[in-house]
Amino acid sequence: MQVAQNWRLNQQRYRLMGEECPNCSVKIFPPRDVCPACMAPAKELFALTGVGEVFSYTTVYHPPAGYEFNAPYVVALIKLDEGPVLTAQLTDVEPEDVSIGMPVEAVTRKLRSDGDEGMIVYGYKFRPIM
Amino acid sequence: MTHTAIIGIGQTNVSEAWDTSLRHLAWYAIEAALDDAKLSQREIDAVYVGNMLAGRGSNQRHLGALIADFSGMRGTEAIVVESAEASGAAALRQAIFAVSSGQIDTALVVGVEKASDTTGNDFEAALATSLDVEYEQAHGLTTAAQAALLMQRYMHEYGVELGAFAKFSENAHANGAKNPLAMYRNVLKPGRFEIAPTVAPPVSLFDAAPAGDGGACVIVTRTDRAMEMAAEPILIRASATATDTLALHDRRDMLWLQAAALSSQAAFAQAGLAHADIDLFELHDGYTILAAMSLEAAGFAERGAGTTWDGTMPLSSFGGLKARGNPLGATGVYQAVEAARQLRGQAADCQIENVRTVMTQNLGGLAATAITHVFSLV
Repeated sequence: MQVAQNWRLNQQRYRLMGEECPNCSVKIFPPRDVCPACMAPAKELFALTGVGEVFSYTTVYHPPAGYEFNAPYVVALIKLDEGPVLTAQLTDVEPEDVSIGMPVEAVTRKLRSDGDEGMIVYGYKFRPIM
Repeated sequence: MTHTAIIGIGQTNVSEAWDTSLRHLAWYAIEAALDDAKLSQREIDAVYVGNMLAGRGSNQRHLGALIADFSGMRGTEAIVVESAEASGAAALRQAIFAVSSGQIDTALVVGVEKASDTTGNDFEAALATSLDVEYEQAHGLTTAAQAALLMQRYMHEYGVELGAFAKFSENAHANGAKNPLAMYRNVLKPGRFEIAPTVAPPVSLFDAAPAGDGGACVIVTRTDRAMEMAAEPILIRASATATDTLALHDRRDMLWLQAAALSSQAAFAQAGLAHADIDLFELHDGYTILAAMSLEAAGFAERGAGTTWDGTMPLSSFGGLKARGNPLGATGVYQAVEAARQLRGQAADCQIENVRTVMTQNLGGLAATAITHVFSLV
């Protein structure tokens, strides 16, 4: 269990804290401190709204260790309204009801569980906008 | 750059080798390559090991010293090269550098993988270490699911049906059926691809290459020495690599394998060859979407038209990853061995006629690393 490796991402996991490029105004998530569009230094924090649409999706039937508890689950690429694309699970929806272009919003859910004694990792998932 | 050549090759079959350890698989491949080159261990100056999973899957790192010692080369320089599933070709490339620099006369490259030392959910977690730990692994993504995200988007944007990808798996299995060293020697019947058990839709069991255990080895030296040492040295005409983002979501143009394109272009330029000069393309068919998009990136198909491949360019001649089996970090060395066997005319039932030049391409992840080599006879 890598406690610090997860703890230091809490701003990203709970608030979708990304960055904005001061040079070209591109919004960046996940944060990387160098603008992927113009390569300028980009460390200004910018919290994304968490609203976007499904860009692609699949269902995981063979999960990695730590993710068995809610398998099968839908994993998607989400294109956020501000531009960045991220990888996240979908929740509150059945696999057969997911489609590309479906509007979704971020919610906080349990991502990973390491058994009765282990750490529980929380973070963003996305659900359909009703 | 000083020219280099392959003077010895060896490989094991790819399988779930429950009774064989990582070090034994490596040794069997090395033994075969030394025999083929008619060399003894004393004539090897450095060992380059390609491996992806051993540190996690077998609780064993430090494979350079381990394998050198176990293979009768105690004292010899040896290191491991890791670039996920592209580790094998990455190790070969380091050997080429070492030899062409003049520091090393004869280098031995061994790709070895022991996938079956972990199984089930632990194996999925081990494989997933090649994904972005903070923003992909954390969300339960697997390597197959990452390929599925790419394939789903590809099918959506280009309007390609699932059945259009079947030809890559059918070709691989048709060739693997003729290869005694292949993991799966069954022919894939028409219509079966579309109804195969799902892994992560649209990726199915007949789409994803099965991970397996295996070892492969090539011995590399300068071309001038190779001409004296071997009857049929295999010239390394090009070696080129490029990288891309680990995470799919970080790619600005997701439906283009940029690293594969860059390394292919560089390889063609190094070799001074055109597409028509390539007689066989051993591409990295870990998933059918990678086969289709590799054809596009290397310029053998138009963008979005990879699935129009008509069989004119031979692919996966010994079964590819799909049927020969996917020995992960050993794959790139298997490809080099298979290229050499084709060029020497030693491919038996898998022989492609009139092969003079072979391109191999080994990918790590969804081409986050792409390594292209071109081989020919002298």
